[in-house]
Amino acid sequence: MASIEMRDIVKIYGDHPVLHGVDLSIEDGEFIVLVGPSGCGKSTLLRMIAGLESISSGTMSIDGREVNDLKPRDRDIAMVFQSYALYPHMTVADNMSYSLRLRRSPKEKIAAAVAAASAKLGLDPFLARRPKALSGGQRQRVAMGRAIVRQPKAFLFDEPLSNLDARLREQMRAEIKRMHAEFGATSVYVTHDQIEAMTLASRIVAMNAGAVQQIGAPLELYDRPANLFVAGFIGSPGMNMLEGTMEPESGTSAVRLVNGTTISLGQAVNLPKGTSVTLGIRPEHVAIRPAADGVAASVELIEPTGLGIILHLTVHGLPFKIFSSDRALLAPGSDLTVGFPTERLHLFGPDGQRIALGTLDASGSTS
Amino acid sequence: MGILLTIAHRLAILAYIVFALFPLYWLLKVSVTPNDLLYSEGVRMWPSHATLEHYRYVIENSAFPIFFRNSLIVAGSTALAVTLISSLSGYALSRFVFRGKYAVVALMLITQMFPLVMLVAPIFKMLSPLGLTNSLTGLIIVYTAFNVPFATFLMQSFFDGIPRDLEDAAMIDGASRFTAFRQIILPLTLPGIAATLGFVFTAAWSELLFALMLISGNDSATFPVGLLTFVSKFSVDFGQMMAAGVMALVPACLFFLLIQRYLVQGLTAGAVKG
Repeated sequence: MASIEMRDIVKIYGDHPVLHGVDLSIEDGEFIVLVGPSGCGKSTLLRMIAGLESISSGTMSIDGREVNDLKPRDRDIAMVFQSYALYPHMTVADNMSYSLRLRRSPKEKIAAAVAAASAKLGLDPFLARRPKALSGGQRQRVAMGRAIVRQPKAFLFDEPLSNLDARLREQMRAEIKRMHAEFGATSVYVTHDQIEAMTLASRIVAMNAGAVQQIGAPLELYDRPANLFVAGFIGSPGMNMLEGTMEPESGTSAVRLVNGTTISLGQAVNLPKGTSVTLGIRPEHVAIRPAADGVAASVELIEPTGLGIILHLTVHGLPFKIFSSDRALLAPGSDLTVGFPTERLHLFGPDGQRIALGTLDASGSTS
Repeated sequence: MGILLTIAHRLAILAYIVFALFPLYWLLKVSVTPNDLLYSEGVRMWPSHATLEHYRYVIENSAFPIFFRNSLIVAGSTALAVTLISSLSGYALSRFVFRGKYAVVALMLITQMFPLVMLVAPIFKMLSPLGLTNSLTGLIIVYTAFNVPFATFLMQSFFDGIPRDLEDAAMIDGASRFTAFRQIILPLTLPGIAATLGFVFTAAWSELLFALMLISGNDSATFPVGLLTFVSKFSVDFGQMMAAGVMALVPACLFFLLIQRYLVQGLTAGAVKG
């Protein structure tokens, strides 16, 4: 097991920079999830840890030792690929034992390691089969088995569940979490699926356009997103973003939306009048109010998810979403009043960065 | 309707096969026709009485066994050399980015554009002071040089079909790049290697132009050159020529019989999600 340290990591392809100076310290035993949209550089960063991608500048250390120029074979890490990358001409047992055989481990040790891994993953009946005779989920397990027989310093996962159907994905997700709890191995996991990121990570690294946007515990990113990107990326259905301008009132500030509606922030915010800001609120935090002390909205569309409903609304022409576990009998076209609880509001400045609002940022501290 | 279409399909394929194989059949037919019947019987699908006399004569009284041996040496060595070189160069073109890569590819393409006849004289001029004319080694070198570019492109396309993740996985598992190439990639490229071997072997086996120009005398002649010795000033001994031709077909057929198992094998079944 090991810690991984990245200092100002840059990657340039030709003259096209894809990573602009990433700093990240991964503690021994942590489960780090790199999350972001495709093309944000998260897979490139993972491949740089593995040694499959050269580092243009900056330093990468594993266990305190700089590995910039170390070949993948000398880094002692294991990786699970999205495509599984099983060797098609080898049996499951040979696939799992390949790394140990390359290391010339004693035969008894190899047999014991393979037996232990296959028992843990339920692969015993398939050891003599070739990968093409396995289902997707079984192949995924073999790929995991190949990684754990080695007992490496760290595990790298490159979107390992993307090729599985939803049900299997959920099952394997829990299994990966269980395995991490059991072995406590340092893990770096790349995904574009924010649910995987939320459920697995000890810390999430949210990335966009080759730069780290925020690093923190899952709920920290959820409760206090550092900027508009993180606010929009984490959470499903996504956070409502309403553009407007600051409207200082007596004592408490408010935001005037582009449609003229004014929403109170419930406290004074030190921004000049007219500053353009974005107000964010998660769909599950919007209050549906019968009374007239809210903002009038009309229902456009209702998506039942089973767990609850997602209401697509318009507030004076602006699209808006609400998630409610109450299956209220609302029909498309009906009108209702919505309220914005001030303690649930997120405010982002003209540069897209979070502006601290006393309520959430002080009391909402959970981690 | 569907059945009619299938029948039409099959008939079309059958017609093509008959068209393609008929010359081979004629080769066989003439090779077993006794000389006295060759011109006297008119056009017949099979002579009224067949004989293996031509085969016996070719094996016992002509230099054909020598031609045959020479061809085997030249074609076999060329196929091995070309496959070895092109699997390495094809892998490099498929996997590595290096300076001058496109210049190399362009140059290799250009070599394929020249009519070979243009190159006979300069090649003769180069090989002769080296003592490589009238030698099998000279032929192997020339054939190898001419076949490497195409074989490289062929092998490159096979390597392109193998996911890079496999080598990445092997290298993370502790293999060097060359070990990953040898233990993971090469076994998966066997169909490509078989195709390249077969292609180069038959090309070298039946090459006439350079063999004719660079070789004089029976000792180093390959069999396409040897076949011409059945053409004399006054007559062509068709029966013997055809018998030699049939025998020359045997190694090529055997060769393809050996490698066809790999040719039809699925390339990377099961490597990634199917």
